[in-house]
Amino acid sequence: MIRRTIDWLKRIGPWTALGLFAAGIIFWGGFHWALELTNTEKFCTSCHEMQENVFKEYQHTIHYTNRSGVRATCPDCHVPKEWGPKIIRKIQASNEVLHKVLGSIDTPEKFQQKRIKLAESEWARMRANDSQECRNCHNFEFMDFSEQGRRAVRTHSVAFGKGQTCIDCHRGIAHQLPPIDQEIGAPRPAGTAVKAN
Amino acid sequence: MNALAALLALAIAGTALAQEKVAPIRGATPIPDLNPADTYRMEKHDRAIPRNNAWQPPIIPHNVKGYQITRNINTCMVCHSRKAALNTGATPVGKSHYVDREGKEHPNISTRRYFCLQCHVPQFDADPLVGNTYQGPGK
Repeated sequence: MIRRTIDWLKRIGPWTALGLFAAGIIFWGGFHWALELTNTEKFCTSCHEMQENVFKEYQHTIHYTNRSGVRATCPDCHVPKEWGPKIIRKIQASNEVLHKVLGSIDTPEKFQQKRIKLAESEWARMRANDSQECRNCHNFEFMDFSEQGRRAVRTHSVAFGKGQTCIDCHRGIAHQLPPIDQEIGAPRPAGTAVKAN
Repeated sequence: MNALAALLALAIAGTALAQEKVAPIRGATPIPDLNPADTYRMEKHDRAIPRNNAWQPPIIPHNVKGYQITRNINTCMVCHSRKAALNTGATPVGKSHYVDREGKEHPNISTRRYFCLQCHVPQFDADPLVGNTYQGPGK
């Protein structure tokens, strides 16, 4: 194998080999540059579906604006950081492009109609990867319980003990929640609300 | 004659009153403009704050920024409902809140008690605008 590679290199000559190497760097760099362009808040909110619905809600939350100015923008929570999972998520996103073309959520009313489905699929994704995107910043192995409030210490110790993950409790922290059935008022028709946990 | 003098005195007093400068709480800002808001933070007491009288709705001893009370969810009830309070350790919502106006008891709070912040309020680190010497019956 190594022999054959060396033979091949001798055949094409050092300049061609160097040229191919440089082309590889440029191609890979360009690919990543383009990929990262689609991983910005500006790109995500360039369509009105995001701009009018989820982005507006997010602007009132701590991940958009806070005392120290450290932020978590759209891709920090919705796109994995590791290369493999990131590429998989990006390929899945082609479905979102399809629905953009179909106009599935192009009005706030249509968006509200679909909110349960959209929220539940995102919760399922985060549950499956143990809330990886949360833990990129909020790693509970490094949480100092003595610095947390009384409520947080109690709940966190119980939850971690039960093997729960961030998203099991911290839902709707950056966006509005879909209808949750809390048994308040008239019963909600089946399928129009998520069961409360 | 006397009546005329009295009327004159009243008129003069009236103009004097009108010219007296009023010092409103909003300061010298013209009516169409807004004062810049002072920045206050919600206080975290982390422990129940004692009531000042028996009928006072308990005040909220923690930050409630971003808590949603919408037609989709009442975030307070996630911890404070009778059922949830067993696990969360939060103060459970009072018995009266589960009863509707017909006297019927419900599994969760009555819709007339849905908007918690109408009565229960969080605390800010702000000084009161007007002083108050109320002591409460127990003090």
